[in-house]
Amino acid sequence: MPKGSDIFLQNVSKVVVFIILAFALYLFFTGHGSPGGGFIAGLMSAGALLLLALAYDIETVRKVLPVDFKLVTASGLLIALLTGAGALFFGKPFLKHAFGHFELPLLGETELHTALIFDLGVYLAVVGVTMTILLTIGEDR
Amino acid sequence: MSLLHLLTLSPFVLAAALPLLGKAAPRLHKGWFAAVLSAVLFAALLGYSADIRAGSPIIESFAWIPSLGISFTVYLDGLSLLFALLITGMGALVALYSVAYMNSSEESLNRFYVLLLIFMGAMLGLVLSDNLLTLYGFWELTSIASFLLIGYNHRNQRSRYGALKSLLITMTGGLGLLSGFILLYVMSGTYRIRELFEAGAPLISHPLFLPAMILILLGAFTKSAQYPFHIWLPDAMEAPTPVSAYLHSATMVKAGLYLVARLTPVFAGAPEWFWIVSLGGLVTLLYGSLGAVKQTDLKGILAYSTISQLGLMMSLLGIASLAGIFDGEERLLYAAAGTAALFHLLNHAAFKGTLFMAAGIVDHETGTRDIRKLGGLARIMPLTFTVSLFGALSMAGLPPFGGFISKEMFLESMIETMHAGVFRLQTWAVLFPVIAWIASVFTFVYSALFVVRTFFGPLKEELRSRNIHEAPPLMTIPPLLLSALALALGLFPGLAAYSLIRPAAEAMMPIIPASGERLPAELKLWHGFTPALWMTVGIVAAGSVLTLTARRWVKGYDLLPRGLSINRFYDASLRFFERITVRVTSLYMNGSSRSYVKYILGFMLLVLGFILFRSTDVTFQVRAYAVIRPYEWMILLGLAAAALAVPFAKSRTVAIILTGTIGYLMTLMFVFLRAPDLALTQMVVESISVTLFLLCFYHLPKLRTERRAVRFRLPNFLVSVAVGALMTLIALAVLDTNPFDPVSDYYVRESYESAGGKNIVNVILVDFRGFDTMLEIMVLGVASLGIYNMIKLRRKATDVGSRHVEHEGEEARKEASVLREAQYGYDGPVEDLDASKPGAGLPGDDQADSLPDLDGSSPAEHSDRREQPEEDQGPADSRAKGGERDA
Repeated sequence: MPKGSDIFLQNVSKVVVFIILAFALYLFFTGHGSPGGGFIAGLMSAGALLLLALAYDIETVRKVLPVDFKLVTASGLLIALLTGAGALFFGKPFLKHAFGHFELPLLGETELHTALIFDLGVYLAVVGVTMTILLTIGEDR
Repeated sequence: MSLLHLLTLSPFVLAAALPLLGKAAPRLHKGWFAAVLSAVLFAALLGYSADIRAGSPIIESFAWIPSLGISFTVYLDGLSLLFALLITGMGALVALYSVAYMNSSEESLNRFYVLLLIFMGAMLGLVLSDNLLTLYGFWELTSIASFLLIGYNHRNQRSRYGALKSLLITMTGGLGLLSGFILLYVMSGTYRIRELFEAGAPLISHPLFLPAMILILLGAFTKSAQYPFHIWLPDAMEAPTPVSAYLHSATMVKAGLYLVARLTPVFAGAPEWFWIVSLGGLVTLLYGSLGAVKQTDLKGILAYSTISQLGLMMSLLGIASLAGIFDGEERLLYAAAGTAALFHLLNHAAFKGTLFMAAGIVDHETGTRDIRKLGGLARIMPLTFTVSLFGALSMAGLPPFGGFISKEMFLESMIETMHAGVFRLQTWAVLFPVIAWIASVFTFVYSALFVVRTFFGPLKEELRSRNIHEAPPLMTIPPLLLSALALALGLFPGLAAYSLIRPAAEAMMPIIPASGERLPAELKLWHGFTPALWMTVGIVAAGSVLTLTARRWVKGYDLLPRGLSINRFYDASLRFFERITVRVTSLYMNGSSRSYVKYILGFMLLVLGFILFRSTDVTFQVRAYAVIRPYEWMILLGLAAAALAVPFAKSRTVAIILTGTIGYLMTLMFVFLRAPDLALTQMVVESISVTLFLLCFYHLPKLRTERRAVRFRLPNFLVSVAVGALMTLIALAVLDTNPFDPVSDYYVRESYESAGGKNIVNVILVDFRGFDTMLEIMVLGVASLGIYNMIKLRRKATDVGSRHVEHEGEEARKEASVLREAQYGYDGPVEDLDASKPGAGLPGDDQADSLPDLDGSSPAEHSDRREQPEEDQGPADSRAKGGERDA
């Protein structure tokens, strides 16, 4: 990827990246009730990181977020798998979800759902996969 | 989930956690975890033995895929318990032994124990499954674990060869097994073993009975290394010795015996079953014992001996099946063969485990396993000598060891068979004791050679310089315990007979306890002067003579024609199949992605077009279509214009942006159609994929440099037009065609009620179809790893090569050719492949470029080269050109 030199893009993306990430977070949590979910939130987060990579370069992304995205994928898959396996210990079939309404401080009555944990797995897997592919191809010369 | 389920699955859990545990306790050898778990499992299983002995098996069921009727049912009866104790007991000893034996690097130790634990879990699952399909799943998992463990030293070409061979042969059998199970299901309508037993007699007359039997026996014979499928076992000896002791003598190879014993109630009584099992076993017994005598590698002797002993047990199981057609006294007489087989199973584990571990100790201390280089170790390693002697005496079938008792019972059963008088045994039955006797003589000979050549005679010159001493205590304790067991089983056979062997034999032949009888379980060292005893005297006499004169007559083996060996046949057929598949594949895999797209679209056209025009449900109701509003017209025009412009774009960037335009216009369309989820997804996917395309094409040369006159190709044109037309028709028909009740109503109704979500799309993704989603993200993960491997690791082979060069400078050329062979399996077909694929054999080009360099240059240059991989730009350039030729 060419060395980023567009000062406008760089300055704008400094702010925009966080807006996108925040929106992605919103999409992730709201997913069960309105449009959104782990998949789209994951893609959007990857999009934010991609914007960073385009505005600066891949080294910057690596410096800002020094994680191995292959491990992110792996942990996402593991979370999804374990959420599914969790049901087995309650004598339910694999991937049977449970939910309930709880009174939480600040948030009031909130629905908590094991599907959200599964969705977190999806989220991480999508971020990991997208970033692994992009960074691998992008760094290849 | 019951306790028994958790016990069965615990090795898998430990396997997953092992790398983390290793980090938590870095000083502790990982073998300890495996050893402790196996010991705990052994103790837990032993706790069940009182119930089993009282004749009440334990059954715990757990619905796994309820919709397909597949449940994970664990069933613990005498037979399963015997095997499960064998698996966990041997597992504990082998893991203990390996703590001292295995001293590789951190990472490869992780790999070793993870695989060992996976194997242990799979093997436990195999013997405890009551469902044929879960049994099959675990069966294949043991093959895979064995494959990976044989190939543990994967830099060694022989390891890889042995691993592949074992996998190909056992997997072929495994597929046969699966087909056999399915045929059994077709006949009986159940996958549950217990229900199969009840199906009973009507099965025998079913036309599919024989095919099912043969297919299942194919599985059992390949797994248990029966002639002529035994060829993988000697090559499997490339595995580390603990693996050989555990998988390839004590447990995995006995899975075939387990299966035969387990299914005896289904098949016993059929003459084919008797003949195939007993004769196959006898041939293997003879072949293995004859083959063992000429081996010069200690582990080679043990491998052939294992083949031979497996044959012995198999033949006994065959004879035990005669119990199914007799009753009263005679039934018990033939059932005794089953008791003998199961008792020998225990003895074999004891003495063969001892001998493998002893061979490992000798290898570990002297650095060689070649009996031509060994000798005189009795004085230096008295402990190893003693355990080997015990093991060998038990193997040769001499008193007062357990092997003697089971060998006597074996000979008696063979004599007994002559009197059976069924299945045309009158003519041929005399062969049974004769083969048994000859094979036993040779068993004696190789047992004697094992001890004599290793421990007696003068110490060889090469070994004198080495400071040879007894192995560390941790390595000697397991074989010591096993050899003590071999002795104890001879002196006090009652220890195992009543608690383990009889319940196991009765589980194998449930008809006996069902008719109120009990199998006699008195195993005695002294039988009186029976014919079997006289045969043993003969064996010792003939065996001693042959052992003393061995050096003279062993040369005779060289006179046998080598070209006819089964190994040759295996190699040749492998090469043949590779050549054929390459030829077939290169018929359509021509390296041009345009052709591939054509195939895919062509099939789509055929299938969808056929359905569309044949099905009567498809109707086109023009009235049902919504009115297209003006702004929708505008988007449509934009879409069409962008699509038409793509082929005429002068540069790649423009083409990509035009495709992006189509995507964004689609997003807009989704917004108008009030599909926010789709719009969001489409937008983000479009943004990311456009960037990805730009990244990919950044490396490709400019479009106009490769612009040639584009010829008009009619097939391409027809396919593209037809696909467009078909998709339009489908889109138009979809509105009005509902051959099935739509599922959407169900989701609308249930998504809030039973899944607690208002966003149906997401509820479907994570809940209703959560399993799909999980597999999808798994596919995504695998795809990303594939891309990563393809791009980041593609020059790794050169690294491996140069490392070899550093070690063995003068052998560089040889290593490189081995390397090349390793890369492709065989060099012949690959050349064909390269020639047929102008652009696609890219990694191959890479290889071909770097290897000849590597041959000629000095090691120093290579180490430089490895540190600066950026230097060799060559392959990457040629890759780009290759892509250009395609495009």
